[in-house]
Amino acid sequence: MNVLGYRRPNGRVGVRNHVVVIPVDDLSNAVCEAVARVVPGVLALPHHYGRLQYGEDLELTFQTLIGTGRNPNVAAAVVVGIEPTWTERVAEGIATSGKPVESFSIERHGDLETLAAAARAAQRLAQDASELHREPVSRQELTISIKCGESDTTTGLGSCPTVAQVVDRHVADGGTVIFGETSELTGGEHLIAERCADAEVRRRFQAMFDRYLAEIEASGANLLGSQPTQGNIRGGLSTIEEKAMGNIAKTGTVPVVDALEMAQAPTRPGLNFMDSSSAAAEFITLMGAAGAVLHLFPTGQGNIVGNPIVPVIKLTANPVTASTMAEHIDLDVSGLLTRRCTVREAGEQLLGLVDRVACGRLTCAEALGHREFVLTKLYRSA
Amino acid sequence: MADERGPDFLIHNEGDLVAVAVKEVGAGRRRAVYMDSDREIELEVLEEIPLGHKVALADLAEGADVIEYRTRVALARHPIQAGQHVHVHNVRSARWERSQ
Repeated sequence: MNVLGYRRPNGRVGVRNHVVVIPVDDLSNAVCEAVARVVPGVLALPHHYGRLQYGEDLELTFQTLIGTGRNPNVAAAVVVGIEPTWTERVAEGIATSGKPVESFSIERHGDLETLAAAARAAQRLAQDASELHREPVSRQELTISIKCGESDTTTGLGSCPTVAQVVDRHVADGGTVIFGETSELTGGEHLIAERCADAEVRRRFQAMFDRYLAEIEASGANLLGSQPTQGNIRGGLSTIEEKAMGNIAKTGTVPVVDALEMAQAPTRPGLNFMDSSSAAAEFITLMGAAGAVLHLFPTGQGNIVGNPIVPVIKLTANPVTASTMAEHIDLDVSGLLTRRCTVREAGEQLLGLVDRVACGRLTCAEALGHREFVLTKLYRSA
Repeated sequence: MADERGPDFLIHNEGDLVAVAVKEVGAGRRRAVYMDSDREIELEVLEEIPLGHKVALADLAEGADVIEYRTRVALARHPIQAGQHVHVHNVRSARWERSQ
């Protein structure tokens, strides 16, 4: 199946054409947001971190910022940091994808001089990006991520099995899909382990799962209300195991070909697991950094998350959510609950919507301006 | 389904011990359909079950496994009668012992 996408210099295919302004650190948010006000055709990605981080936590921040800039939905990037060394590191990481990148640091210039220089660069990049055109590409070239949110029992009954239809189809066509939500596999992790393509992937998956669970256990906390969330419970989910079974229902039936670290780009076509938090904005930010260009998001009670660079397609089988939160729901599959339609039919509808969104149709989250960009923080800064 | 209004409950798999309400369901004789086999059954519901919440399909002893998706998804905190509402008040995680 052909869709219309943007082929980037490294051959990767995107479905959006954003010029982004990426702050390396919290201090640089103000200039980046000012650039986006002066040049409305570009998108600032403010976040809260980037100072005094170290070790694995710092590497994840770098990888997330670099991966976001490299994402095929991004045409070009402006990088702004407080000092030049880390700023250059992020800019150079993005530039290896072959797309235009300009970088600026604030020390010895101040906000205003930096703003003038960065805005000039952003204007030029936005005008250049406007001349890039969509071309026919095959759907299988799109990396798709999946995660549900504010799940309830209707996600396991309807919206997740609908996503599974698309996952199986996309993987059969040779495409790449990423799922994760490590702790949210609890009670069904053996089902994922059994589907790992070989012993090495299984070993890495199990190690990631065991480590995440050990962290949660070590906290000594009662997670009822956090995982499952209060919304999950209101919607009828009683335990983490029940939530996990609904979650796993969206991964289809295909093998798990790799177990990725956070924000790591997949290299093997097929269904990839990524060790990740289940919090929606953190998760989709990691997926964007790994190169996902479209996200499928089943919801029960009505999670409304979006992402600045990755279109998020929401579907629900909960008829109350579909009617009371219609502006957030791209596809209503509540007919699955009343048995008015089959899961195969719902899957076909979702695939049709994937093609339309890939070709440029705005998702509900895009139209409503949901741009949640949240870095995963592993531990406190030095 | 022959009935235009659809079933009151869906059950994931044959052998599951809970059914999920797909509408607001009151006490009384109600219809449920197994999603894997399309088999339809009737059950006596003892109390109101909100949309998305579960009803017990069999009597469950204290500590019994609650089976859904052919998998253990919870343990009964205390005896639960067939037809009763099954949720956090009477079941708990078997995996996260502190989470209750």
